[in-house]
Amino acid sequence: MEFVTDRDQYPDLRVNIGGLALRNPVMTASGTFGYAREFENLLNLHRLGAVIVKGISLEPRPGNPPQRIVETPCGMLNAIGLQNVGVERFIAEKMSYLAGIDVPVVVNILGDTVEEYRLLSERLRGVEGIAALEVNISCPNVKKGGVAFGTDPAMAAAVTEAVKGAADVPVMVKLSPNVADIAAMARAVEGAGADSISLINTLIGMAVDVKRRKPVLANVIGGLSGPAIKPVALRMVYQASRAVNIPVIGIGGIETTEDALEFLLAGATAIQVGTANFINPRVSEELVDGLGAYVKTQKLSSVRELIGALEV
Amino acid sequence: MSQHQEKARIIRFEQLADLNVRITLEAPLIAAAAEAGQFVMIRSGNSQDPLLRRPFSLHQTSSDGHIQIYFKDVGRGTNILAHTRVGEVLDVFGPLGRGFRIDKDRPACLVGGGLGIAPMLFLAKKIASLSTDHSRDLIVLGGRSREDVEPLVDDFKEFGLALHCATDDGSYGIKGFVTEIVKSEELKPGTVVYACGPDNMLEALHELCRTRGFDCQVSVESVMACGMGACLGCNIDAAAGGYVHVCIDGPVFNAEELAWNS
Repeated sequence: MEFVTDRDQYPDLRVNIGGLALRNPVMTASGTFGYAREFENLLNLHRLGAVIVKGISLEPRPGNPPQRIVETPCGMLNAIGLQNVGVERFIAEKMSYLAGIDVPVVVNILGDTVEEYRLLSERLRGVEGIAALEVNISCPNVKKGGVAFGTDPAMAAAVTEAVKGAADVPVMVKLSPNVADIAAMARAVEGAGADSISLINTLIGMAVDVKRRKPVLANVIGGLSGPAIKPVALRMVYQASRAVNIPVIGIGGIETTEDALEFLLAGATAIQVGTANFINPRVSEELVDGLGAYVKTQKLSSVRELIGALEV
Repeated sequence: MSQHQEKARIIRFEQLADLNVRITLEAPLIAAAAEAGQFVMIRSGNSQDPLLRRPFSLHQTSSDGHIQIYFKDVGRGTNILAHTRVGEVLDVFGPLGRGFRIDKDRPACLVGGGLGIAPMLFLAKKIASLSTDHSRDLIVLGGRSREDVEPLVDDFKEFGLALHCATDDGSYGIKGFVTEIVKSEELKPGTVVYACGPDNMLEALHELCRTRGFDCQVSVESVMACGMGACLGCNIDAAAGGYVHVCIDGPVFNAEELAWNS
């Protein structure tokens, strides 16, 4: 039997998201945490549940011209344009560091066609140090005239199936909130074999510069993130988690322990911290501490008691 | 590279002009690690609106653990900071970015325009400390009018480098642009021009240096969210095509690394 004091010292924060065991539910969202190394001196990477690195495509992408970001009320818009070094340089230059850190590494992947997703997943198969893939289906489907995979259940399922067929690690599918029926999207990717789903990606928005009579962002539109989107994210996590049996990972404006708790109660098994990393690079580790303290003071047997415990 | 997140107490607040403010903060870790040309990200207040930190170049640091920023009250973030008081605590993250690459064996020409004067004090201090003979060095400060330049002049005079000033309206120093002073001063061969200011000033200096064969380092600014290479929001056009990021590749660039508008 374990010492009672052990449990006091180490609150049980473990969760399992579709075959990926995490020491706690706190992950860093793709595109907000670089390739993790940027943060190594600012927090203890090994204390996080997992890190999700910047989205990777088959070929390098330069990203969008400036201006790429703008602050908005309680949030920010970004149109980075999926700038990344491409999968070959990612494996050659980033993976040896990532394989050596004591935290599960989730690689976010993106493509313009189903075939690109399949090729990417194949290329990453067997690469040491990858704990899971997260599939970004919010980018435009070039072959289908720019319609995002993330807004068409059949296309989302096709991408999921292609990745699942090629990957040798659990597959998390990241859903776009820019849809009418999030439950339908969640069910579609679950049906196609997704091990877990994460949501929400950014909400499409724009900002206008009255002086210049131009859009602030060179890309005209961008993705809204930050505390401003939290209520939308909570609603969608709530709806999605009730629609599927696979674990749901909550994302959207999480900055405080209370925010994280809200997502767990709404149905999330784990959470991702995004924009808040830009403001406080230590925030994810602080959330691990905060959740631990909460589990202790509430005398919970584990953090898992909170998942979906919302009384409606 | 050592970066620190410090809760920094304001120990001095100076209203240098109608909208120009200088704040001195206690941030010993940042002060000890900082180099001239680097910047810090400061949170204005603790609320979610405004959400993001704001970048400020380091105006100067002191050996007793203080840092200074100098800025104009022009937006929501700076407006909040312009209404802070001594004793308040600000969340400061830094030092960030690549600063000036100082070549102590070559003559230096420091050019600051408007708020671009801010990092030049740190640089002047550093250059002054590296050698004793400054007969070949030069500082040029410019602004729209007297209030942008005059309050800072005494600080720059400390170092014994020749100092020239220009204002757009002629209310202080010569009437005209800093580039005119740089042109008329017959820089010594091998001079390195270090500059910070509005884009058109930097471009004019780059053009001048390019035609006359001087090395030119420019400190540029950009909207940014994180300041440390995570958000990739602060890209600018590179001369070689593609982009560089102000926060990690800069903010100080060799002028020929950048694509200029004209």
